[in-house]
Amino acid sequence: MTSGLLGRLPAGALGYALCALWIALLAASPLTGDNYLVRIAVMISMFSAMALSWNFIGGFTGYPSFSTAAFFGLGCYVGAIAQRNGLPLFAAWALATLFVAAFAALLGLIILRLKGHYFAIGSIAIVEVTRLLVSSWGSVTGGGDGLNVPLMQGSPGAVAAQVLYAMLGVLLVAFAATLAVQRGRLGFGLRCIHQNEDAADMVGVDTTRFKIAAYTLSALFCGTVGAIYASWVGYIDPTDSFSILLTIKVPVMALLGGPGTAIGPVLGAGVFVLLEEFFWANFLQWNRAILGGIIVFLIFFLPGGLLKIDYRRFYRRAAERRAAGKAAA
Amino acid sequence: MSEILRLEKVSKAFGGVTAVNEVSFALEEGEIVGLIGPNGAGKTTLVNLITGVHPLSGGRVVFAGQDVSRQKPYEAARRGLARTFQIVQPFPEMTVVENVAAGALFGGGLRTRQAASEEARRELAFVGLDHVADTPAASLTLPNRKRLELAKSLAMRPKVLLLDEVNAGLNAAEIDGALELIRKIAKRGITIVIIEHLMKVVLSISQRILVLHHGELIAGGPPREVLEDERVIEAYLGAKFAARIKAEGMHA
Repeated sequence: MTSGLLGRLPAGALGYALCALWIALLAASPLTGDNYLVRIAVMISMFSAMALSWNFIGGFTGYPSFSTAAFFGLGCYVGAIAQRNGLPLFAAWALATLFVAAFAALLGLIILRLKGHYFAIGSIAIVEVTRLLVSSWGSVTGGGDGLNVPLMQGSPGAVAAQVLYAMLGVLLVAFAATLAVQRGRLGFGLRCIHQNEDAADMVGVDTTRFKIAAYTLSALFCGTVGAIYASWVGYIDPTDSFSILLTIKVPVMALLGGPGTAIGPVLGAGVFVLLEEFFWANFLQWNRAILGGIIVFLIFFLPGGLLKIDYRRFYRRAAERRAAGKAAA
Repeated sequence: MSEILRLEKVSKAFGGVTAVNEVSFALEEGEIVGLIGPNGAGKTTLVNLITGVHPLSGGRVVFAGQDVSRQKPYEAARRGLARTFQIVQPFPEMTVVENVAAGALFGGGLRTRQAASEEARRELAFVGLDHVADTPAASLTLPNRKRLELAKSLAMRPKVLLLDEVNAGLNAAEIDGALELIRKIAKRGITIVIIEHLMKVVLSISQRILVLHHGELIAGGPPREVLEDERVIEAYLGAKFAARIKAEGMHA
């Protein structure tokens, strides 16, 4: 009966319903009053938003970008510096978003001339260059000493809830943008570029402009998330903000869920954060090794991500096995 | 008939090698022109120059009265200068109809994906691929991939279509099918430049032939005249072959 119902639903409807339920669960976490749960919900929303962002360039366009930490870190610093200079909270977040978007658009003009491995290496270099710039420009950024960010008003629980809703807001906007891109002209053009860039050029896709649009979209939400993160933690420094681990984690999340889809990055980020939390708690010495293991496993066995697994087949097989077991008994 | 495309002393040098040297010719609207020449004569380079893949080293390309020497490939596509590739270039993981819809949406200037999709199905019916419209492009056979290239180009509503060896790799029966299709395309008023190695094919379909050798245009005119041209015989056809083709032509 269940499989019949699943078969009759329009393609993807079940996925969107589960996704909506998941986001509602995240939003409800403050009701538990458990700050640890709220913190995890914030992490999940934050990484989901960033994985969705990466998906524009890495998933749809097929350009393996490792610039996420640069965008996130710049978002942290622009938000923090703006707030320290008296800008209200939301204005600082908006400024960080705009700054990072403009930064990515200009950078895209240069770096998107590279392809494949060269692009990947170039995009990693950007993280290092921005980190070095920020840590050396001590008069503005506080250098290696880091920066204190004005604390948000309210009790710890209220602040955590505010941060959660801000992150969820970014997540929803990024999700809506993904759906719009996926169904529109831009998404179609990006898929063309992904599959054959020369042919895309020849059928009239302005590849440079499309790629810059994708790269900018992959950056701006990370900028917002960074600024919100800075306000949340109250103190930022270059190593934490421009972490090379972040730049690898985010693509891994999108790949884990299913690159080039809307639900995949959200699924991947959720699964990854929960797994990571579990491994931190239980295998403190080994959690990095486990992250490496997940990456290798993904590359070899799940190139399409968790979404590409044919769950209905699993379900059918399990049902058949049960039926066979009953018949035998 | 009026002029649609004109090349004025178009040249291209790759480092010290001159691949195309001061080539000039003009195409009339609705013409079918054959471009022939030995391997490495610069035929594909010339197509790349016309469609903006390579920047020109010298000269001008004028399309519909407009200087387009500095255009990018996507601009050429949107203007109505379409080309097919010698090695077919599909979007492998998309369906056949999506491949063609990409041409209609981006090159053909259609507004919505719905409209592009409908246009794509019309063009697929035209080239005879409607029965495989919803299969992935990667699963097509070579002759069908060539037809897909044609459908994709046609969906861009071209004024000029440059066909770079669309018949390469096809057998005799498949070539006959392809030629029939090219004639049907010409009837729609599209100017066609056909680059081809098989003389029989070029002679049977072209109203005019241009001969490229070492990057230079060494002859141009009606097929019969070109066949008798001393330089063409020496550079490309060989005396025996030219005599045979002429003899066959007289019997016919």
